Amino acid sequence: MTKLPDSNYHAPTGPQKYMGKAIKRVEDPRFITGTGSYTDDINVHGQLHAAMLRSPYAHAKIGNIDASAALALPGVHAVLTGEDMKDVGSIPTGWLLPGLVVPHHAAIARGEVNYVGDIVAVVIADTRAIAEDAVALIDVDLDPLAAVSLGSQALADGAPLVHDEAPGNVAFQWEIGDAAATEAGFAQADRVVKLKLRNHRLVPNAIEPRASLAEYRAASDEYTLHTTSQNPHIHRLLLAAFVLGIPEQKLRVISPDVGGGFGSKIFQYAEEVIVLFAAKKLRRPIKWAARRSEAFVTDAQGRDHESEAEIALKNDGSFLALRVRTLANLGAYLTTFAPAVPTYLYGTLLNGVYKFPAIHAHVTGIFTNTVPVDAYRGAGRPEATYLLERIVSKAANELGLDPSEVRRRNFIQPQDFPYQTPVALVYDSGNYEPALDKALGMVGYQDLLKEQAEGRASGRKYIGIGFSTYVEACGLAPSALVGQLGAQAGQWESSVVRVMPTGKVEVLTGSHSHGQGHETTFAQLVAEELQIPMEDVTIVHGDTGKMPFGWGTYGSRSAAVGGSALKMALGKIKAKATRIAAHLLEAAPEDVEQVDGTFRVKGVPEGGKSFFDVSLMAHLAHNIPAEMEPGLEEQYMYDPKNFVYPFGTHVAVVEVDADTGKVKLRQYVAVDDCGPLMNPLIVEGQVHGGIAQGYGQAVLEETVYDDDGNLLSGNFMEYAMPRAEDMVQIQVDHTVTPSPHNPLGVKGIGESGTISSTAAVANAVVNALEAFGINHLDMPYTPEKVWQAIQGAKRDMPQAADD
Amino acid sequence: MSAPTPKKMDVTIHVNGEARTASIEPRTLLVHFLRDELELTGTHVGCDTSQCGACTVHLDGNAVKSCTVFAVQAQGRQVTTIEGIGKVGDLHAIQTGFWEEHGLQCGFCTPGMIMSSHELLKHTPNPTEHEIRHALEGNFCRCTGYHNIVRAVQHAANAMSGTQAPAAADD
Repeated sequence: MTKLPDSNYHAPTGPQKYMGKAIKRVEDPRFITGTGSYTDDINVHGQLHAAMLRSPYAHAKIGNIDASAALALPGVHAVLTGEDMKDVGSIPTGWLLPGLVVPHHAAIARGEVNYVGDIVAVVIADTRAIAEDAVALIDVDLDPLAAVSLGSQALADGAPLVHDEAPGNVAFQWEIGDAAATEAGFAQADRVVKLKLRNHRLVPNAIEPRASLAEYRAASDEYTLHTTSQNPHIHRLLLAAFVLGIPEQKLRVISPDVGGGFGSKIFQYAEEVIVLFAAKKLRRPIKWAARRSEAFVTDAQGRDHESEAEIALKNDGSFLALRVRTLANLGAYLTTFAPAVPTYLYGTLLNGVYKFPAIHAHVTGIFTNTVPVDAYRGAGRPEATYLLERIVSKAANELGLDPSEVRRRNFIQPQDFPYQTPVALVYDSGNYEPALDKALGMVGYQDLLKEQAEGRASGRKYIGIGFSTYVEACGLAPSALVGQLGAQAGQWESSVVRVMPTGKVEVLTGSHSHGQGHETTFAQLVAEELQIPMEDVTIVHGDTGKMPFGWGTYGSRSAAVGGSALKMALGKIKAKATRIAAHLLEAAPEDVEQVDGTFRVKGVPEGGKSFFDVSLMAHLAHNIPAEMEPGLEEQYMYDPKNFVYPFGTHVAVVEVDADTGKVKLRQYVAVDDCGPLMNPLIVEGQVHGGIAQGYGQAVLEETVYDDDGNLLSGNFMEYAMPRAEDMVQIQVDHTVTPSPHNPLGVKGIGESGTISSTAAVANAVVNALEAFGINHLDMPYTPEKVWQAIQGAKRDMPQAADD
Repeated sequence: MSAPTPKKMDVTIHVNGEARTASIEPRTLLVHFLRDELELTGTHVGCDTSQCGACTVHLDGNAVKSCTVFAVQAQGRQVTTIEGIGKVGDLHAIQTGFWEEHGLQCGFCTPGMIMSSHELLKHTPNPTEHEIRHALEGNFCRCTGYHNIVRAVQHAANAMSGTQAPAAADD
């Protein structure tokens, strides 16, 4: 059988034992033996189950609710409606833009429902099956209202109004860049290339559906919430301060093993509010676990832009200006990060890796009667990359230049960093050409061009080669800056390093792992820095009862921000341990070094002190420096200096079957630069998965609403997810350009695959279709859509290549 | 009107080599029997349309989605779950393959992937890449892009054919 090619790992140079090594994950044994503990695996004594009655209408007035039949069903304990929770606060948004309209968002709707899936009532019963039976027995009068599901339609005159407080369905108007300078750029242009495109809506679909289990202890007035969260402290903060008014110290939020997030488990959801409320009201633990079909109508969805872009060019392909207008569909309510995604995570990335003298972007945020939209893997950056990389490839095509050459001519050069873009960001470091060169070599570009030309000439084979040379912004920071931009959150991260008397180490991190492997990479960092075996290190995350605080994992921030917090805390541990060792060795701290784990006086190999000796003495405190605090535990709250900017080049090669419209992925090359690789195995796993998700958007996945706001793609039978046979072997490599913005030099890799791959695959498909005179087609490239496009092009151009 | 209270039935199923008896509603799915009655939570529920494969177990040695089988249909039959395949310290070659090749990230789909891979390798000890991808068509993974899952199954196939014929735990 064919073995997949080995990855091109970049082993670290120097004496490093753990960092940079492809060490297999320490968390895996529990997952491969089925002994992980996900939220729905946890059951507690006396637990009841909640099931939701969800609106079948996208927009309706709620009339009388008769729950008598449901309440009469044996095993039913309660039916809750919006009236029962009328004193509970609105589910807040965590990012405020100037002039933002924030509609009230009740956990259980009152008066009106605003999307299919909005919660109308909740049944609490002995079992989930009984609760679901009882939901069907609730008699509710819903009076349907006109609804709207597409952003541009919601802006049209006379469109149905989603919220009375948002006239014209506008949530915000936002712009960035210099309109006058952009206009001047267009005035100088040899050529203007225009592109109108839709970035369609996606469902995140972590394979573990969301679940929550709430407990309340009346004696101490304390709550515990187990929930599927990427950031339990954010959940606690929002629930305590904004929604339920629980004293924050009385609410413990625990996220145990979490089965994927991709953004969808960042946000504050109604169900978590409901189970906490019900647990106190009924004095019983309450569990809710989503059915997949519920996840489709309640987990925040992603993307959904309608955009018009124009690029001003010189004939040599150099860029003069970029102008973008985007309508961003936000769905029915503003969830936690919703206003930030199409603005600060999108508009600021429209510069990409190029030298643009001027850019101007305008974004309209729009309410519709659909599931709320928020961050989905990449969040804003895939939308920016897709738009920019599509219009750059379209421009290359119109200029008759090679798409890789147009990119190369416009790259920001290594000596230009730090680089100020026209859309607010200052890039930290970059070297874009080596990544492009490496990708071109790996994909065999010249041979492919030859094969493509021969295939087109024969009219038998349509190969497409698609490029995406991307940059992303990770590790949103610093907190003061994001605060100025509207964030109602800090963007620092915490780490506590707790050394036991025996020299074993427990690390508490505010980052959260839902598949990213922190238990391994963070332990590698500890083992490296303290020169102790990895087996002596335990990483603890996901529990507000243990961590001092944390903002969690999203936006590829764990290594750059959480890892840096850990690195800084370890520095404090090392300093104190060295002082204790020096004291024991009767030497000055500056004369003590750690060699193979042993503290010794420089140049004196014998008579050293082990990490255990030092840890034990730190705790016994029988003989430590005068005035020194006993113990060996340090904490660091790390607020980064700035964002970090991973980049790279992805190349997709597809073959389009002109007779059926089927797009087949043939080859995929990814060259990413995320700075130093902490663990290449994990980095490459992140890249692989991200690419599959981005490919999914380009070719398979689509969230379809009809004009009345009904979700037509509401389960896995109607929404095409990438399966094993859709994917091919992915060729991955890296360049390494450290970031000066954090002590590890790392940049983040969790989203780059998704950010880059949609554009690469889209460009590849359109490149194949250029044989038919097609210069753009909106995703997803289903066989039917591609076939129709080819047939249409043939009708328009009877001389098309294959006739 | 209220729905009638469902009657319960006694069922005995041999799970991981042990006879397990419970009194359950006839509508109870095998996956809920395993998870809720036996507390074998390694078998996961990822969808409600039999599309995702997170609940894959072996029924009389064949991989099935336990969300499409009523527990009463398994009366008297042999069921193997991920917990019966191997344990920490005594891993099956397929589990080792997933660990060695980073064939998982969040781990939620992994038990189902391993159970499906087990079925493949029973019938096809040396599968091609295409055969592996085809055999895993019924199992979603949202994390890995399937790349390392394919490698994991290849790793297991090599290990199993390199030593002895695949001696499956539940055959």
